[in-house]
Amino acid sequence: MWTSIWLAILGLIVGIGIGLNMPLFVPPVYSKYLGIATLAALDSVFGGIRAAISERFDNVVFLSGFIGNALVAAVLVYIGDRLGVEIYIAAIVAFGVRLFHNLAAIRRRLVGK
Amino acid sequence: MRIRGFHWAIVVVGIALGLMLTTQFRINIEHQRNVTIQRVTQLASEVEKARQKHDALKNRVDELREELDQITSSPQLAQLRQKVEVTRLQAGLAPVCGPGVEVVLKDSEIPIQPGQDPNLYVLHDEDLLRVVNELRAAGAEALAINGERLLATSEIRCIGPTVLVNKTRRLVPPFVISAIGNPETMIKALEMPGGVLDILGFWGIRADVKKVPEIVIPAYSGSTTLEYASPLTNEGGDGVE
Repeated sequence: MWTSIWLAILGLIVGIGIGLNMPLFVPPVYSKYLGIATLAALDSVFGGIRAAISERFDNVVFLSGFIGNALVAAVLVYIGDRLGVEIYIAAIVAFGVRLFHNLAAIRRRLVGK
Repeated sequence: MRIRGFHWAIVVVGIALGLMLTTQFRINIEHQRNVTIQRVTQLASEVEKARQKHDALKNRVDELREELDQITSSPQLAQLRQKVEVTRLQAGLAPVCGPGVEVVLKDSEIPIQPGQDPNLYVLHDEDLLRVVNELRAAGAEALAINGERLLATSEIRCIGPTVLVNKTRRLVPPFVISAIGNPETMIKALEMPGGVLDILGFWGIRADVKKVPEIVIPAYSGSTTLEYASPLTNEGGDGVE
């Protein structure tokens, strides 16, 4: 399990390094969708860590959740924008709540044993 | 430490997450910077506009100066200058002197009976207006109240305890009205029975008229810009010269 976490952190560092140095350009118009997708991805990652800690980690579930959640969240927010409904608030609340929930579970696992 | 297949997936996920986070972060920074850049460009264009306007005005000044030079070099100048002098005198833009009268008006000193309106015994804008009107009717050529020149556009208006003249000057009693003109005619006009001073005297308002051989009436000191009125040109119609 610890191997996975170290590898994840390594990947994260590499990703941040690339992201900061690469001349990648995303128009500011899309920053909202990317933000929601990032939040969804973060939620998936914490979910994965939680699953790993309780030894219920499943690679397929993790990967599909990571990619699927991010995409679906971004698409839903896009549709909401087209329809004039501010779905992104719902997405932020939902993912935020889940994120803190996952974090709490991880903390309890680590502290409480 | 055994690297298995799904570990690569975790590494890829980490990279993807890092990319997303940093991209979002950079978009935000870029966005904030863009706002300031926009503001800078906007201000620069405004400065440029103001500069252009400034240049245009400068050119206009040069043109007008040249025109002025041309005009001053013409032989008609002396005649024009004389005309200007006369016009300035008539308009009240130049100080004038000459024989005339000085009218000093003061509030009434009659003790007010209980129940009487004290307003009846103080000087009002209307009283001043009447005296000034009478002087004009008697041929006054230049008028001033308390040293403030009266023009064709001057008002005499009550504002609380003071009287407003020439839109900005507040006058307080005693009012000294100086008028240049034929002293005899003006004094007779003021003092005729049933005339202005007669009526004012009924209310106890003290008027002191005296003949002065040489009165100096100052020029009007304010601005005379006409904002709405413009000369009617003679072209293609029966305009008034």
